[in-house]
Amino acid sequence: MKMLYYPGCTLKTSAKNLEQSAFKIMEKLGHEMVEMDDWNCCGVVSSLSDDDLMRHLAPLRSLIHVEDQGDDKVITLCDMCCNTLKQTNLRVKERPEDLETLNAFMDRENDYKGTVTIYHFLEFLRDEIGFATIKKLVKNPLKGMKIMPYYGCMMLRPREVAIDDAEDPVILSDLLKVLGAEVIDNPFKIECCGSYHTVENKEIVSNRAHRITNFALERGADAIMLSCPLCRFNIDVRGKEAEKYFKDYKQIPVYYYTQLIAIALGIDPTVCKFDEHAVDPSLLLKKKGVYVK
Amino acid sequence: MAKKQLPKNKEISKIVFKKGELVKEVEDLSGENLFGCYQCGTCSAGCPYVDDMDLTPDEVIRYVILDRSEVLNSKTIWLCSACFTCAERCPRDINITKIMEALRQIVLRKKIDHSNAHKTTKKEREKIPQIAFVSLFRKNIG
Repeated sequence: MKMLYYPGCTLKTSAKNLEQSAFKIMEKLGHEMVEMDDWNCCGVVSSLSDDDLMRHLAPLRSLIHVEDQGDDKVITLCDMCCNTLKQTNLRVKERPEDLETLNAFMDRENDYKGTVTIYHFLEFLRDEIGFATIKKLVKNPLKGMKIMPYYGCMMLRPREVAIDDAEDPVILSDLLKVLGAEVIDNPFKIECCGSYHTVENKEIVSNRAHRITNFALERGADAIMLSCPLCRFNIDVRGKEAEKYFKDYKQIPVYYYTQLIAIALGIDPTVCKFDEHAVDPSLLLKKKGVYVK
Repeated sequence: MAKKQLPKNKEISKIVFKKGELVKEVEDLSGENLFGCYQCGTCSAGCPYVDDMDLTPDEVIRYVILDRSEVLNSKTIWLCSACFTCAERCPRDINITKIMEALRQIVLRKKIDHSNAHKTTKKEREKIPQIAFVSLFRKNIG
């Protein structure tokens, strides 16, 4: 299967390891992921005011370009991109008069026909590939690793664009089980990481990260696994900065789910670029004997 | 309802509404019916930022209904990062996330920004993911 892929800005900078590990996973699964032509920033947060159609232009333009390439499916890796693209797609489907306005505004683009389905990569692996298929390919099971799945907001809410249940999601824990890890549950798994407050209000974010990581540690987790590049930054980097504010601070490594799939499938771990994380996640893998390099 | 001490911003305090205008404006921008709220507090119970807020989310709704435009001065509307937890849980199916956005928009559309992002150090700018900057600008700059 050849699948079109919409990257978004962060996948090309601070989350290259998320992108590269995902490409390798697709290869290993016998499929191909191809970056779409002429994509642009999605705007990250969807418009929440009823009259503000302007903010739907950026996501819509990328959806048009998916149609231009003759495709009707596109994969996203960033939770925020996925959410924004899905919300715009939904808005124009529910309100055809808005689509008409948006199409009329973009006179240099073709009209959007509304044919595109947007997949979160996780959703694609669950629904189109199947976790059972991944299970068959596991070479290095994550044996002895106790991992807390962390979902954050954007893949779960709002419900219209969610890929799992908003209160009790299972997609990440199902994946962890397939990879051979032990799942540690945590009531903070669906709570906001602090999001964009990381720019101007670092302390609030460190505070939030500490609450999440501390609880994970109390429950006996060795690591956290998540999906969103902003959650990764906040829980990993701002989480480590919490050592300035909390005496009981203890560090905990943070993985993208794609990194752990890559390791479990025996893909060369250099694509994971573990050195870009604030708390080195490779140490735990070595300690548990999952890979030695 | 006891009066709470809210921060005072001169520019924001200049925004005046006639009786009933604030709630109408919020309803127009958000598409939500604020009078549907029966003040159960579910939104506030689940809000991850509630400890840092001066008004709880249910209080914000009440302030708007009661024509108390000082709500625009509250820290709460800028602390909300649109995680949609309240919107998901509201038993009256009111999208509080959209109400917070409407209140921010009322301020931002008067050309009053709420960001000090330019003070971020170069080192920080290089390591923070772009998605954080873009979303901050979209939420806090008009």
